[in-house]
Amino acid sequence: MAPALVIGTAFAYLLALFALAAWADRRAAAGRSLIGRPWVYTLSLGVYCSAWTYFGSVGRAAAGGLGFLPIYLGPTLAMVLAWTLVRRIVRVARRYRITSIADFIGSRYGASRTLAGAVTLLALVGVVPYVALQLKAIASAYAVVAGARAAAPAWWADGMFWVALVLAGFTIAFGARGLDASERHEGLVAAIAAESVVKLLAFVAVGAFVVWGMFDGPADLFARPGAAPALQAPADGGAWFALVALSMFSVLLLPRQFQVMVVENVDEGHLRRAGWGFPAYLLAINVFVLPLAAAGLALGLPDPETYVLALPLAGGAKTLALLAFVGGLSAATGMVVVEATAVATMVCNDLVLPLLLGRGGALGGLVLAIRRAAIVVLLLLGYAYFRIAGEAYALASIGLISFAAVAQFAPALLGALYWKGGTRAGALAGLGTGALLWAYTLMLPSIARSGWLPAGFVEPGPFGLAWLRPEHLFGLQGLDNLSHALFWSLGLNAAVFVAVSLARPPSAREAARALQFVDVLEPAAGERVFWRGRARAADLQALVARFVGAERAAALFAGRPQGFADGRLVQFAETQLAGAVGAASARALVASVVEEQALAPADIARIVEEANTLRQANAKLESLDRLKDDFISSVTHELRTPLTSIRAVAELLRDEPEMAAPERARFVAIVVDESERLSRLVNQVLDLAKIESGQAEWRDGDVDLREAARQAARSAGALLRERGAVLEVRADEALPPLRADADRLQQVLLNLLGNAAKFVPEGRGRVRLSLWREGGELRAAVDDNGPGVPAAERELVFEKFRQGGATRAQGTGLGLPISRRIVEHLGGRIWIEDSTLGGARFVVGLPLPRPQETPR
Amino acid sequence: MKPPRSPAAQRLLALFVGAALLFDFPLLGLARGRALAVFAAWAVVIALVAWIVERDDDRR
Repeated sequence: MAPALVIGTAFAYLLALFALAAWADRRAAAGRSLIGRPWVYTLSLGVYCSAWTYFGSVGRAAAGGLGFLPIYLGPTLAMVLAWTLVRRIVRVARRYRITSIADFIGSRYGASRTLAGAVTLLALVGVVPYVALQLKAIASAYAVVAGARAAAPAWWADGMFWVALVLAGFTIAFGARGLDASERHEGLVAAIAAESVVKLLAFVAVGAFVVWGMFDGPADLFARPGAAPALQAPADGGAWFALVALSMFSVLLLPRQFQVMVVENVDEGHLRRAGWGFPAYLLAINVFVLPLAAAGLALGLPDPETYVLALPLAGGAKTLALLAFVGGLSAATGMVVVEATAVATMVCNDLVLPLLLGRGGALGGLVLAIRRAAIVVLLLLGYAYFRIAGEAYALASIGLISFAAVAQFAPALLGALYWKGGTRAGALAGLGTGALLWAYTLMLPSIARSGWLPAGFVEPGPFGLAWLRPEHLFGLQGLDNLSHALFWSLGLNAAVFVAVSLARPPSAREAARALQFVDVLEPAAGERVFWRGRARAADLQALVARFVGAERAAALFAGRPQGFADGRLVQFAETQLAGAVGAASARALVASVVEEQALAPADIARIVEEANTLRQANAKLESLDRLKDDFISSVTHELRTPLTSIRAVAELLRDEPEMAAPERARFVAIVVDESERLSRLVNQVLDLAKIESGQAEWRDGDVDLREAARQAARSAGALLRERGAVLEVRADEALPPLRADADRLQQVLLNLLGNAAKFVPEGRGRVRLSLWREGGELRAAVDDNGPGVPAAERELVFEKFRQGGATRAQGTGLGLPISRRIVEHLGGRIWIEDSTLGGARFVVGLPLPRPQETPR
Repeated sequence: MKPPRSPAAQRLLALFVGAALLFDFPLLGLARGRALAVFAAWAVVIALVAWIVERDDDRR
């Protein structure tokens, strides 16, 4: 194919990407965000599939069947936990405006600059060659599609140099546009999601063409002689486990993955879709890997790494080959752009800024300039590495070496989320140990194999010491290189992290951060303010203004406390700064303008306790408030009913002076009845209010329950007779006296009898009042042969204004609630059972005084 | 003090352990020539995740 056509297509593709990103940014500015959709988020995670996997998977498959698969099974495993583990990370990142993985880890362990810097350095070492690998992939793909190329041209004539610059431009335009790195890059994410679609379509199109266009379906393909290696057992089967584990960690810990999955997440709910959508994407893009490998082998094509391009070319489909090239280009550019965005933020916030914070004046522009410069430098470093390393072993193997580097973040990250005991020293020591062992067992051997170190370094070992052989450290045999490196680096990393953390209890600041991270899902966590000291709101605002500009700072601080700042405002200012410069620098900046008191570990426990108590108290107040509102609305409703009828009758009497005397007497009787009901209601409301507020007077004395029952029965007699009901009283002889208020006790029994009288059938009602002693209690029960109370309503009837059932005619709805309050005040209880008479049985249990308290 | 784990969280944890075992030694054995079975097992795990998370109404 003509080189001009290939180059033109490549640049046209990049231009389209620019246009798409710009369009998405404009839409976002207009309030119609594209990335608010779960599928866009899910597709953006597809940035995981870089050119290394786009071309490399087929290469691995040609060498050993399914050996390429663990790289995708690992992420599937990790995403099983997206809805739980990743959601925690996203919640923390949102609340504390985390900007990168380095920021996350540094922030958790006491806002440590050293730790964040160490994470950044390790990521940088792992990522630069990885970027170089992408550039190399584009270069080799170009060479295949455009026909073999002569020796590498001078850098200024090399298309790859300009590709690197274009990518830097894209990253600056869409990945480092604004200052707040914790803000979403809408255009970037939309472009990445589109790139995921492009590479999937391209790969699947090539696969379908090869299987059904060049061959007669998969059965024909795999039956060809020569295709066999694609179906054999994985060549490096021993590394299978290590590869699954590595890729499981990388899908979250690679800077670009953390960027799209955590920093760019706009809605936790998207993790729900991503949890299975992303693995499904990985499955889809891998379906044709084995067929392509088999086809390339069957046709005897050279260099399995380029089968994706060479196969359509061999089948005469030039346009498809061009599409495959664009797919590879999209895999490479997506990875480079997001990785550069993420790493530049880390380099700026965690390596460069700490050196500049002493300067005064506005720093916002400077921060942005540093971040942009870091992007250019990163891509040029990647290009330089690509030029220098070229065909070296070190470059080809860098994919997994990068994975292993970022896997070293795993102990500190998991500890950050689930273990409050982890400390800065522990994380630093663990990370340092892991990084050293990673470099020694994986990175250096690959460099030695490239011929940049003496070959004797690997075998027989440095200084001829067999136990120092980097791939058989301390004589460990029987593991492949990757598993061996992972065993030592990650194993000792975790062990040292735990051991050093346990050696010393966390400082107050570490403990505070630990609580913020580990308890992030707890409702009270947001109300804890771990800060003591003196600060002025104006100082904080001025500090924030140095980074975000005076106007924005004024808007942020509008409506917040003026004068002296409380801990909440200090925390707010720190979080705002963290979004721009990272947690560690934000901490140092805030500390420079306020007077802080060091917190002691005991303070931390107290603050947590206070926040919990405050939260509980607030919840209780809210519920009390709601109850009060309900009560008032019920009372007014109940008052209105009798008032309405009194008013209606009174109006009748006024308007018809000629009314006959009997009729007039009937109306007057209604007024009297309703007024009585009204005053009864008002009395009961007052009564209940008194009891509830604890202002009721209680005249406690020795009470004979039998006497109280007799009085109540006498009072209720008239009502019962009126309903034609028969009252039967059964009382045990010689009941001991109770310590209680006699009038109140009588009121309860009277309430229960009156209640029974209302519900028994007219004319044939039966009511029974029984008194007996049971254990340490005196019991009184009122049975009736009314309709009874269904089990589900037996608690409800004791609530205010909840009259049981539809049969309820009169009554205030307060008798039973008052009775329950009285009984509870006397230390007893009241409940409802089924009665042997067929209706309800209200039972009151009252505790007898203990023997020593028995009055003589 | 800690909120109890939701049923979905427990199911996901169990699935994680199950899938971790499945994706290792048993699957490695299958990988000798039966790639289709490996992809099928993979698809089942994905479907289970979808089933668990999409019906979880936990909005904490």
